[in-house]
Amino acid sequence: MTTPQESPGQRSVTATAAYLRPPRYLVCRRAIGYWTLRAAAGWALVLAVETFGLGAGAAPSGLVGVVLAGTGLVAVAHLVVMPRWRHRVHRWEVTPQAVYSQSGWLNQEKRIAPVSRIQTVDSERRLLQRIFDLTTVTVTTGSAAGPIEINSLDRVVAEQLVAELTQAVQATHGDAT
Amino acid sequence: MTAGRDRRHAADPTGAEPAVGGEWRRLSRRMLLVHPVQELVRLAPALIGIVLAGHRNGQGVAWGLAATGVAVLVGALRWFTTTYRVTGDQVQVRRGLLRRRLLVAPLDRVRTVDLSAGALHRVLRLERVTLGTGAAVGAGHEGLRLDALDAAAAARLREELVRRRQAATGTAVMAAPGLDHAVGPQRAAEVTLAAVRPSWLRFGPFTLSGLVAVGVVTGLLSRVTSEAEVDLSRYRPLHAVATHLGAAPLWRAVVEVALAFVVVVALVSTAGYLLAFGGYRLTRHSGGTLHVVRGLIARRAVTIELSRVRGVEISEPMLLRIVGGARCSAVTTGLRTGHDSSDTAAMLLPPAPRADADRVAAAVLGTDRPVTTPLARHGRRARQRRYGRALLPCVLGAVALLPLGRLVAGPAGAWLLGVVAMPFVAVLAWDRYRNLGHAVVGEYLVRSAGSLVRRRTMLSREGIVGWTVRESFFQRRAGLATLTATTAAGAQHYAVPDVELGTAVCVADALLPGLLTPFLLDSPGPR
Repeated sequence: MTTPQESPGQRSVTATAAYLRPPRYLVCRRAIGYWTLRAAAGWALVLAVETFGLGAGAAPSGLVGVVLAGTGLVAVAHLVVMPRWRHRVHRWEVTPQAVYSQSGWLNQEKRIAPVSRIQTVDSERRLLQRIFDLTTVTVTTGSAAGPIEINSLDRVVAEQLVAELTQAVQATHGDAT
Repeated sequence: MTAGRDRRHAADPTGAEPAVGGEWRRLSRRMLLVHPVQELVRLAPALIGIVLAGHRNGQGVAWGLAATGVAVLVGALRWFTTTYRVTGDQVQVRRGLLRRRLLVAPLDRVRTVDLSAGALHRVLRLERVTLGTGAAVGAGHEGLRLDALDAAAAARLREELVRRRQAATGTAVMAAPGLDHAVGPQRAAEVTLAAVRPSWLRFGPFTLSGLVAVGVVTGLLSRVTSEAEVDLSRYRPLHAVATHLGAAPLWRAVVEVALAFVVVVALVSTAGYLLAFGGYRLTRHSGGTLHVVRGLIARRAVTIELSRVRGVEISEPMLLRIVGGARCSAVTTGLRTGHDSSDTAAMLLPPAPRADADRVAAAVLGTDRPVTTPLARHGRRARQRRYGRALLPCVLGAVALLPLGRLVAGPAGAWLLGVVAMPFVAVLAWDRYRNLGHAVVGEYLVRSAGSLVRRRTMLSREGIVGWTVRESFFQRRAGLATLTATTAAGAQHYAVPDVELGTAVCVADALLPGLLTPFLLDSPGPR
């Protein structure tokens, strides 16, 4: 790597490796319930399709049983592991300069955008999220590939975050592309 | 009530007193007529499907009516669920019944306020208001659009937004900082950066642009002849060809047809190159613009503002790369998004010698260092991953097909396909690793990747609006990550795949100094 000319903040310019700590805040604990319910709905659909698909065909009933049992096993494992794992991963943090989020479970992703490049701050309450009183906040930038989604915050926290971010965005001018 | 408020304003078309924020306003009530119609049109294919599907058991009409009712209801609901307001310094739009959304845009992010109207809108004197923020709007995401307001209310809203925006940002509209130095000395009114040379025609056959044309024409012809029931064998030359191929052994027939196909595609591609890029010229004007003129018969002229250029990309499709050719395009904001469309829209150089592509890139960037600097390789684990990802599907395919061939009647050697494919994908993996690289050169992120199409992208830090560090399960095991710079320009995101995590964060930190500072660690930390 070519050594950059400018001094990057407080770190020494000769550093060849740096790492990111996870963002500070976890999302709401009720998100586990929401993710479980959402995944359960998906698995229910899969099981229904399998039942009708195999039941209508001339498949031997033994095979149907094995397939359904296998799917059920995978589904239960997924429903137990995924939401809890996800809850440990999903994190967020906002500083006056940056919005920082981490998401995923098996595959994980950290996203960072400068507050000065934020275009809009959207909040959204999906149908299942409303059951758990959760809100997803999405921060969009000028890039179609760059929205930062903070999934499943407590509603009050989300409202504060949106207010804080919109205020910070207004402090910067220009069209931010 | 909001509707009453609407009317009051309609009675005051001058809009002298802009609505003070706080109050939620609704769309025009005439939209109660338009929304259901739009919904019906949108769902027409599905509705027809329902009627046809139900036709067999005699319930088609009932189901169709029910679905129509739902569509009308959904359409009408849109009016009730959509509200908007302009507060001190932001626009807010609320919409959705089950999926409630609140969209907020600060006024100084609103770049454009577009009014548009379809035929139905025009009859009812309605205007669709689209607020263009810099936010990229993905598919299925309407962004800040109000569909639709009374024409007078729409005009008033536009005025209100523009006035408040001016008050909020001051009169001077800042030009985006960019590649100002690339504009060069003001004295020269026009500098030619590149012009087509006859020898470039040799790249024509390798662009494969003729492939599509040949495919379309062949498809069309076969369709027409079968529809019109023309007997092709009555035409003497075709008849001769058919009898010749019929008499020859199979392998020879196949080789001959393939050869003929290649020759035709090459000829058509060359003709296409000549038509599209004949008369090509790239010039730089003192006003800070690039002009691309091309086309032998139909002239096409594209003007690219240098202040919108965030970088340059040199792309080399494999065939072109083999004969030493490359294309060059500008990475710019404000043009259509997406990889394919932006490629053509911001084209700087048609397929030409690689040296010319380098020269054009350097001229547009104002420096040749990003173009010539050798890139850092991604190391042993990145190479292993390339081979693993290429070979694993072959192995799995072969293993899966082996028992399947026994169970199901079919070509017994199907599993061999996986084995035969292995050397090819191994070569591809080797090439993909060879092409993988990155560097930070001055203010530019330089990244290179790809084999079927190798792209070297030079992206200015001004154009980077965020970072994504993605670690898949297997990447985490290998200590690798994919660093993606998101941008409002060009393909919207440019990835540095499979780079060591520590290096990835370093690159991001070097390009946008300060942004990552509060989140940095010197060691990977606990996982």
